Amino acid sequence: MKSETLDQLLRDRGDNTSVILATNLTSGEERLIYPADLVGGNGLNPTVADAAQETFRSDRSKTVETEDGPVFLNVFNPPLRIIIVGAVHIAQPLARMAALAGYDVTIVDPRSAFATDERFPGVTLLTEWPDDALASLAPDARTAVVTLTHDPKLDDPALEVALKSEAFYVGSLGSKKTHAARLERLTEAGFGENELNRINGPVGLAIGARSPSEIAVSILAQVTQALRQGS
Amino acid sequence: MSEQQTSPDWQEDVLGQAAEWKSDGVDVALATVVTTWGSSPRPVGSQIAVHGDGKFVGSVSGGCIEGAVVMEALKAIKDGQPRLLDFGVTNEEAWEVGLACGGKVQVYVEKLQ
Repeated sequence: MKSETLDQLLRDRGDNTSVILATNLTSGEERLIYPADLVGGNGLNPTVADAAQETFRSDRSKTVETEDGPVFLNVFNPPLRIIIVGAVHIAQPLARMAALAGYDVTIVDPRSAFATDERFPGVTLLTEWPDDALASLAPDARTAVVTLTHDPKLDDPALEVALKSEAFYVGSLGSKKTHAARLERLTEAGFGENELNRINGPVGLAIGARSPSEIAVSILAQVTQALRQGS
Repeated sequence: MSEQQTSPDWQEDVLGQAAEWKSDGVDVALATVVTTWGSSPRPVGSQIAVHGDGKFVGSVSGGCIEGAVVMEALKAIKDGQPRLLDFGVTNEEAWEVGLACGGKVQVYVEKLQ
């Protein structure tokens, strides 16, 4: 690899830019491919362009055979994100575990007594109203959204933005009863069954979790399942 | 092909370290898992950066083949030629090391120019 290529790769990573490093394993020839290069081809071999498209989407690097030899596509996507609404007790272990699993963590809670650096050292905290915060964070297909306040005033506005987004996971803390009431409110707000079925509620895999840390495990497990198995 | 984890997590910053060594004037090689078959310990895209003195950061296996990869990386640093290495239980005679798990991996080794 050329030093210039490595330096560009590191700059792209710093800028949260998706990029693929394509290396011909026979000749050693290399180039960087950006999503914008796939519109119109930009001189790319069509086989490589198709594979690059798929690699950006799946986030899985792979080697593709071409008439010029095997080309390795190493994909560098920006980190996965998790947006946690509610700087509550469960959010503390969840933020730490999600960071360990590779997520860029943001916590949203307008109640400034909850959202403090002392309780969440090193975590990005937003004290805007959840719908404003969610709208500016713009969840995409590499983002999970979890609401933990079980206060409709805070959770519902966040869910309304999340359900209109491409977020790969939406989860909401609360008992079956709380969740049923939530679904009723969101139905009145105009959401249909398919949209509401996207909400994982009660949140987390059923593993009998009790403590805040255990509940965080069950939530992160369910987020992982949605990411890897698309359920 | 196995699962790819591209998110930066608790693992070492292999590329950042490679760039740092290079800017210090050290010769560096990169080795990358480019294909896997069966059960392999590290996914496609896993990398190590090898310092000219033989030390390295990152991982391309559970420790089974790093030694052999570092040897090849030092050769690549010397002659500047990239190399494509095959490791697997079926290739035990071609290479002195293999993967205990029974998988196969292909590793691309190149000098940072």
